[in-house]
Amino acid sequence: MTPVTKPILTRGLAAALACLGFGTASPDAVRAQETKASSAPPASVQVDRGSALYGRPEGGDAAKLAPVAGPPLATAAAKLPLDKLKVPEGFKVEVYASGLANARSMTQAPDGTLFVGTRTVGKVYAVLPQAGPDGKREVKTIASGLHRPNGVAFHEGALYVAELSKIWRYDDIANHLDGSEKPSLVYDDLPKDEAHGWKFIAIGPDNKLYVPVGAPGNIVMPPDTHAQIRRIDLDGKNAEVIARGVRNTVGFDWNPKTKQLWFTDNGRDWVSEDIPNDELNVLTEPGKQHFGYPFCHQGTFTDPEYGWGHSCAEFTAPAGLLGPHTASLGMRFYTGAQFPDSYKDAVFIARHGSWNRTTKLGGDVVVARPGPDGKVAAVEPFLTGFLQDNKYAGRPVDVLVAKDGSLLVSDDYNGAIYRVSYGQ
Amino acid sequence: MGHAARIGLIRGLASALGVLLAGAALAAPEAAMQERLAPCVACHGGGTSETEGVPSLGGQQADYVVTQLFQFREKQRAAEPMNDVAAGFSDDDLRAYADAVAALPAPAWSGPAAEPALVARAQALVSKHQCNSCHGADLAGREAIPRIRAQREEYLARSLASYKSNARPGYDPAMNEVAQGLSDADIRDLAAYVARL
Repeated sequence: MTPVTKPILTRGLAAALACLGFGTASPDAVRAQETKASSAPPASVQVDRGSALYGRPEGGDAAKLAPVAGPPLATAAAKLPLDKLKVPEGFKVEVYASGLANARSMTQAPDGTLFVGTRTVGKVYAVLPQAGPDGKREVKTIASGLHRPNGVAFHEGALYVAELSKIWRYDDIANHLDGSEKPSLVYDDLPKDEAHGWKFIAIGPDNKLYVPVGAPGNIVMPPDTHAQIRRIDLDGKNAEVIARGVRNTVGFDWNPKTKQLWFTDNGRDWVSEDIPNDELNVLTEPGKQHFGYPFCHQGTFTDPEYGWGHSCAEFTAPAGLLGPHTASLGMRFYTGAQFPDSYKDAVFIARHGSWNRTTKLGGDVVVARPGPDGKVAAVEPFLTGFLQDNKYAGRPVDVLVAKDGSLLVSDDYNGAIYRVSYGQ
Repeated sequence: MGHAARIGLIRGLASALGVLLAGAALAAPEAAMQERLAPCVACHGGGTSETEGVPSLGGQQADYVVTQLFQFREKQRAAEPMNDVAAGFSDDDLRAYADAVAALPAPAWSGPAAEPALVARAQALVSKHQCNSCHGADLAGREAIPRIRAQREEYLARSLASYKSNARPGYDPAMNEVAQGLSDADIRDLAAYVARL
């Protein structure tokens, strides 16, 4: 227990007085700090369908299921579930960094500095590459007070950060890890819906910024502005929609051989415990493909409400299925030299883990090996153990192939980054 | 200032002064925590709040209290004086306060029962918006999802309105999403009904 100290007491007394009308704090100053989430949603949206619970059948066991928000405080390094985690023979898993509450998407600078976004705590972190004498890497908070800054992308010295409806660029970030640099606004022509509003972002081999806009609810007829992936010049100009019918992608990467964009997509909830699967998709013709939502799910299943009058043949089928409700988020091709040859160009996928399912599924990192036809027949477990007795000991969000060829995995439940390495 | 508030002020001052006088004197951890809770109790009551606009904390889910104190500390949720109160809290403080208020007796409605017409309208809203799905069959919450039953009526109404306007971004956006479908009349009915449970 923290000892009783005078500053807290004084503050407590001030609080008691302020509460009863004797306060000295200026309400205006407080309002200035208020974080506005968004304005009202577009009128074209059936707003009461924005809830994650829309579509749920009445009563029964379904009523016991609800989304799980992770805690805002990071788990102490000594209490991380490292001893529960399992990797294949020859691999090793260790804690790379801890104390990053709600650690989500990752990107790495050439010098090894790792940048990490968050969804619920408003912060962006930098993890310094060299561990100190105590074996721990220093974590700096480079920005706070942002609105769901889930997406991060490093490019030519700058860090791009995606809030819910604004994308910022922090120039010369390596010299501003103390948070002193004021960012430049890159792009804000984005909806402000909270549902599926947080973003993964990345910069493609074409030096363009790729930005998803999720569907504004579980199962809705999305406006033209939603359920898509956009491609934008790095100065925020020339935005174009390159993929439609995408419910909510929170991870993508480019196939190192074909240079085509591969992305995960989270399937709708409440139809069934066992369908539809989350999808692994490939964009082969930018701007011309529709990936099914809300008409067709998993390439084979027409929606009970929106599917009538449609056939799944009208839409681009997924390259692979990732399990029902698994919340397949971050994905990257393995382009490193450290892992065995069988992992070359394989896809690592972080499955955050289900909530819309009685027996939880996911909460792991799986590996997919596309065949010569570009299809994925099955995924196999790679990093497991986050799911214990139908409860989460941790929840993987993103995977990143580090400069040294190891695989970094973020865990927003514990606020930690793990490192999986081979043969060292 | 009402009678209850005046008593609250006197109690709050007395408690706070008492703690000040005690200084950093060594005490049993439980007693120390009770002393640290005194300024909270001054406004929030010993489980049930008698102060307009200030929520009852008794029986609140500890994980939920942690997220709220965190949001106050980080200025993600604006609510004077809580932003100042939480400004210097360590992570351990958040947990300690959360565990302590969770152990206070839960609020219970003691006035006349809700009118049948209100109950019927509100129960239909609870069903339509699936409040029970997260808050539980008895609306007592679980884990990071708050206890809302028998919460103060005007506080419930203000919370729903500020979720709807997004002036209060939830720690998780679930309530911002669900509140979009509520009319002003829905909010009045829900607050009146849930407060009377």
